[in-house]
Amino acid sequence: MRCSRGGGMRRSALGAALFGLALLACGPDKGGSGAAGGAGKDPIRVGHFASLTGDTATFGQSTDRGIRMAVAELNAAGGVLGRPIEVITEDDRSVTEEARSAAQKLIQRDRVVALLGEVASSRSLAAAPEAQRAGVPMISPASTNPRVTEVGDDIFRTCFIDPFQGAVMARFAHDDLKAKRVAILFDFKQDYSVGLADFFRKTFKALGGEVVADERYTSGDIEFRAQLTTIRGAAPDAIFVPGYYTEVGLIAKQARELGITVPLLGGDGWDSEKTLEIGGPAVEGDYFSTHYAADSDDPHVQEFVKRYQEQNKQVPDAMAALGYDAARILADALARAGSTDGPALRKALASTQDFAGVTGRITIDEQRNAVKDAVVLKIQDGRFRYHRTVSAK
Amino acid sequence: MENLLQQLVNGVAWGSIYALVALGYTMVYGVLKLINFAHGEVYMVGAMTGFYTARALGLANRPSGLGLAATLLAAMATCAALGATIERVAYRPLRHAPRLAPLITAIGVSLLLQNTGQLVLGADPKFFPPLLASHEMLRVGSLAVSNIQLTVLATALALMAGLELVVMRTRVGRAMRAVSQDAPAAALMGVPVDRIIQLTFVLGSALAGAAGILVGLSNPKIDPLMGLMPGLKAFVAAVLGGIGSIPGAMVGGLLLGVVETLVAGYLSSTYRDAIAFVILIAILLYRPTGLFGSAQPEKV
Repeated sequence: MRCSRGGGMRRSALGAALFGLALLACGPDKGGSGAAGGAGKDPIRVGHFASLTGDTATFGQSTDRGIRMAVAELNAAGGVLGRPIEVITEDDRSVTEEARSAAQKLIQRDRVVALLGEVASSRSLAAAPEAQRAGVPMISPASTNPRVTEVGDDIFRTCFIDPFQGAVMARFAHDDLKAKRVAILFDFKQDYSVGLADFFRKTFKALGGEVVADERYTSGDIEFRAQLTTIRGAAPDAIFVPGYYTEVGLIAKQARELGITVPLLGGDGWDSEKTLEIGGPAVEGDYFSTHYAADSDDPHVQEFVKRYQEQNKQVPDAMAALGYDAARILADALARAGSTDGPALRKALASTQDFAGVTGRITIDEQRNAVKDAVVLKIQDGRFRYHRTVSAK
Repeated sequence: MENLLQQLVNGVAWGSIYALVALGYTMVYGVLKLINFAHGEVYMVGAMTGFYTARALGLANRPSGLGLAATLLAAMATCAALGATIERVAYRPLRHAPRLAPLITAIGVSLLLQNTGQLVLGADPKFFPPLLASHEMLRVGSLAVSNIQLTVLATALALMAGLELVVMRTRVGRAMRAVSQDAPAAALMGVPVDRIIQLTFVLGSALAGAAGILVGLSNPKIDPLMGLMPGLKAFVAAVLGGIGSIPGAMVGGLLLGVVETLVAGYLSSTYRDAIAFVILIAILLYRPTGLFGSAQPEKV
């Protein structure tokens, strides 16, 4: 059951109290309406399709919280173009095909002016053709696979892409960890994981390193000991696991049980509290690249972390920060476009320059990708700790 | 060599979970000639029961053997009750219906449990608390066997031995075998056939419940749809061993686990799921009675 389909409830702008009630009534973190401020005026509708439930539920939930926080702040400051923004969230249950139908529903039924979503590249890729066909600009906050924005000129993203992220981790393994031999274990059902493994492999080989084992798994798998035993036999100095947090936690556990002690490396798919919850001591000493560090000393970031924590009682992960930035970039473009018209909005988005986000300064390039720095986090004492920044230049 | 040994250990531990689930299929088939497709969901309910029991008892952060035993018993008891209920509500009214009717009902029960699970417990995966602190028990060269793998294997083997004892050495077991050979004749000899059939469901479901706990222990991600694939695989294991044969289900399960592990370890994990069904097709084509089954002349 999705609460967001509750017709009148969803469309109304009754403010935060009722929104809270609606959330309570249908359990935590399921859609709902979230428009406040600028009352009396017709709200600007923005659709968010996200994995509120399923295997990567924290991605959708965090992104939604980030978006809603940004929108609440914008609305409190008078909205955009004199109108409040209303976010309509549709759950895709972490299923690729559902992402497409969620996007369709938002476009056709809710007539949204723009789409925000998804985190997982496979799901963004499934939905993007719908947005492109309808001429509704779509901003993916966190999909890093290059093909996502290649779908068409209506598709944007506010994060870096995998050739960069893969290269960052390959260089990190080679330069910082002094690894000569690495193993790769990737999820061949996820475009994100396949792409990241690919770029990591290329860069690491170009640096003179050797990929001694190249194993794969499927999203939803729970048993990885066979692949890990093969990897153990190849005696790598580090293992690159560019998957999503659910499998990563299980993989780390089983690797340690098999007596594998070398560090595991990953990408932003690890960025979830759940990695720590599932992996526990097994992920200690591992590293992953992501979009921002919550323990950064940047005052802009600290301000964001503080407000997010007040509202959500948890430290914002990268998906929350990216959701927040994506919503604000959209609002900024709406204001510059001066209308909610698709082509005008597309043009405004494409000319986003040096936007100050919590995940760094964001410039949209000609391929509609964001050019940004990456950070490497280390898992230490059951927490993500800032390790170093890798510049996009 | 050590790698191969390690793969065999991995495969046997993984296969013992299939074997426990396969036993339920084979036992029910033995007495009813019914493929109980809801059996995978019983396994899911076992894992879920374990998850909530461990939470209720506050075992999440206090790994202990006693806690594990309590969780195991709770899951087995819940699944036993569920098995009895399913039999009473869904299958007994169809006892004399054509064989297709209970089969379709079984699929219905399976879907009902999957969707009820998603509705009540949520579709999100849950992470089974570590009921045992994992550490290495045995190490020879690079061959590492963790206490978790050993616990899974030992528990599974103990339960199978227990089942073998019940079936071969007790009056109830003898009644089960009698019903499986010829239910009307057993009834004429004074065997309470309905009670024995229900008991078969109870035993098989309890084993599936135990399998749910063991999988939670070694592969701690559970969700309401987790029973689907292992259910089908265990069915393949039962067919591989010879459906209706108890030792067949055990061997079939262990064998399937080993084959899957070897395929994933040496070939590609891409074929891990496919191999089970390739085996199923091959068995049906070349040896429909399975490894331990014996061909029975069709009774007219």
